[in-house]
Amino acid sequence: MSAAATTALEMGLMTCEACGLLSQPAAGEHEGRCPRCDEHVHFRKPDSINRTWAFLIGAAICYVPANLLPVLKTTTAQGTDTDTILQGVVLLWSPTGWPLSILVLIASIMIPSAKILALAYLLIGVQRGAKTGQRQRVRMFRIVQFIGRWSMVDVFVDTFTAALVQLQPLMSIEPASGLFFFAAVVVLTMLAVESFDPRLIWDTSLEPAALPMEARHA
Amino acid sequence: MPERDPTRPAVPESRTVPKHVGRNWAIWLVPIVAALAGVWVAVTRIMSEGPTITLRFDTAEGLEAGKTKIHYNGVEVGTIDTIRLSDDHQSVVTTAQMAPKTEDFLVEGTQFWVVKARISGANVSGLGTLLSGSYIGMEIGTSKKAQRDFTALKNPPIVTGDVPGRFFLLTTPSLGSLDQGTPIYFRQLKVGEVASYELAKDGHALTIKVFVNAPYDQYVNPDTRFWNASGIDVSLGANGLDVRTQSLLSILIGGIAFETPPNEPALPPAEANTTYTLFDSRSEAFKLPPRDPQPYLLVFDESVRGLTAGAPVEFRGIPIGEVVSIEAQLDAKTFKFSAPVTIDLDAQRLGVHLENLPPGADLKTLRKELIDRLVAGGVRAQLRSGNILTGAQYVSFDIFPDADPVTVDWSKSPVRLPTIPGDLETLEARVNKIIKKIDELPLKEIGQDVRKAIVELDKTLAATRTTLDNADKLIRPDSLLGAELGSTLDEVKRAARGLRVLADYLERHPEALIRGKTGDSK
Repeated sequence: MSAAATTALEMGLMTCEACGLLSQPAAGEHEGRCPRCDEHVHFRKPDSINRTWAFLIGAAICYVPANLLPVLKTTTAQGTDTDTILQGVVLLWSPTGWPLSILVLIASIMIPSAKILALAYLLIGVQRGAKTGQRQRVRMFRIVQFIGRWSMVDVFVDTFTAALVQLQPLMSIEPASGLFFFAAVVVLTMLAVESFDPRLIWDTSLEPAALPMEARHA
Repeated sequence: MPERDPTRPAVPESRTVPKHVGRNWAIWLVPIVAALAGVWVAVTRIMSEGPTITLRFDTAEGLEAGKTKIHYNGVEVGTIDTIRLSDDHQSVVTTAQMAPKTEDFLVEGTQFWVVKARISGANVSGLGTLLSGSYIGMEIGTSKKAQRDFTALKNPPIVTGDVPGRFFLLTTPSLGSLDQGTPIYFRQLKVGEVASYELAKDGHALTIKVFVNAPYDQYVNPDTRFWNASGIDVSLGANGLDVRTQSLLSILIGGIAFETPPNEPALPPAEANTTYTLFDSRSEAFKLPPRDPQPYLLVFDESVRGLTAGAPVEFRGIPIGEVVSIEAQLDAKTFKFSAPVTIDLDAQRLGVHLENLPPGADLKTLRKELIDRLVAGGVRAQLRSGNILTGAQYVSFDIFPDADPVTVDWSKSPVRLPTIPGDLETLEARVNKIIKKIDELPLKEIGQDVRKAIVELDKTLAATRTTLDNADKLIRPDSLLGAELGSTLDEVKRAARGLRVLADYLERHPEALIRGKTGDSK
């Protein structure tokens, strides 16, 4: 008995994403709503690839100004200074402060770009119907999903700093335009992750004959 | 829709709803909006960028790439972007990103300078930069010709903007305590500042550029005298101690003062950038300028200690010139030492106005005649002590009718004028003479004579004492002479009384002289 043969999709069943109830559409009808919690039920997240691409491209576009524009505007008696994320990394880089610098570099620059690239890789894999390495790809997706919830930390730190450091007229910190783009990157990648349906990775193996044997033992 | 498997357990059917008409394209608004936002930001960034300029500095001290701002009248108009050394490593080249719409400012003549905290005696400026760090100040030029490459000034200009007033130039051999910003005083009122100074090309003098604010600049006319008012000008004159200062500040930090002698008629105000001489003191500034100084030679045989170059040459107290140089001369044959002193003598100061020459007369001949007649009249140069405390000497001309007659040799240059020994030397000679005479006195003989005389005197004194003793015995009250003298005096007293009674009687009865004393009828 092959595992692939028993997917809910093949059996015409849907899981409610809200309450987990298994249901099936009425004969000859569309997917409809969950009979228990009245949530929309789908075999697969609707229009998943399109939506994910749209959010991902939006995030990729925002990623450019997020890194080029200053995220913080510091007003001190010295004058007004603006700092981009990369300038912050450079500023933090010192013989003792380098771990912090690396942390910022990873959290604020590498992780968003890695998320975008990983999702793009997953989408391309699904669209091209790649039938190998599905487990690795799903693991990648889980990591992306896991990291996603921490991505807003930068934005939180910035907004907290801006709210706390208001020592007019000596010093004040304001968020600058780059921060909005950075927040947009985080939100859009999270939406992209949300709209991606990891089951699609496995759907490429729906023709049982074409599936390699090892993949069937999930 | 896959076929339903009849073997699986019963599964509830989902509630059928009308198919939601998906507007799947709507999701693509997300990247489009993101792209539009990005483009909008990029465009506004590009639009907000002004021109980039190059600024050259001597040193990058206080400058920081990306931090140092350019201010104009307190408004931020740019930021220093990059700082690098020039190719020859001699200066610093910086590029600055200017704010938009600053193109009009960046013209020929626009000046830049670093504003730092400056604390000089005269003023404190840029204190704000202590906290904020340096910034770059600028002054907009008046030209219309655009320029993007500027060399920054070493010091901020003293006069910025259109402050009314005028610049004047002062020449001085040394700067003294003057500096940029040193105040200019007119009647002890601060009316300007030293703007800059530079060494003359030949290195012999300094030219100081001063700025006199309006309306005081109108008091500067071609006859105005500028002098260095640093410190205290103390002079001890016949009227007592005279102390002149400009202000306490100028004592501390120096200053330049000017004053215009009253002119009749009043002269018009001087042109801007007129050059004046900076005098050392007020008295020097108002000293009469020499009119016809001529070099003469005076040879003194005495010590010239205390005589210095610049010492005054006077004629009966009237300054007529000054000492130019003092040398030493040794005659190898006679081994006689003398000091040739060169003086500048302005004979016109004597009140002889040689400039009002009668037509056809020669100035040189007139001068020669004057000197010849003065020398023939007994005018001689003499060294005199000008100051007892410092021993400073000066050359004095005076009339000595008894002086040996001399004729002036006009063939040599400079012409040698006759001298006579000075006061000090004469005094010394006299004192010497007196000491010599004292030396010559026969002190030993005198001493012996005096001793003899004293012995004689001793004897005389003893004799005198005996005589006095005898006299004393005679006039002692208990002596015989004394007693007799007392009774004699009593007799005389009685006689005198009888005489007075007689006189009284005669006064009342003058007829008694003839008739004799009649019996008293009473």
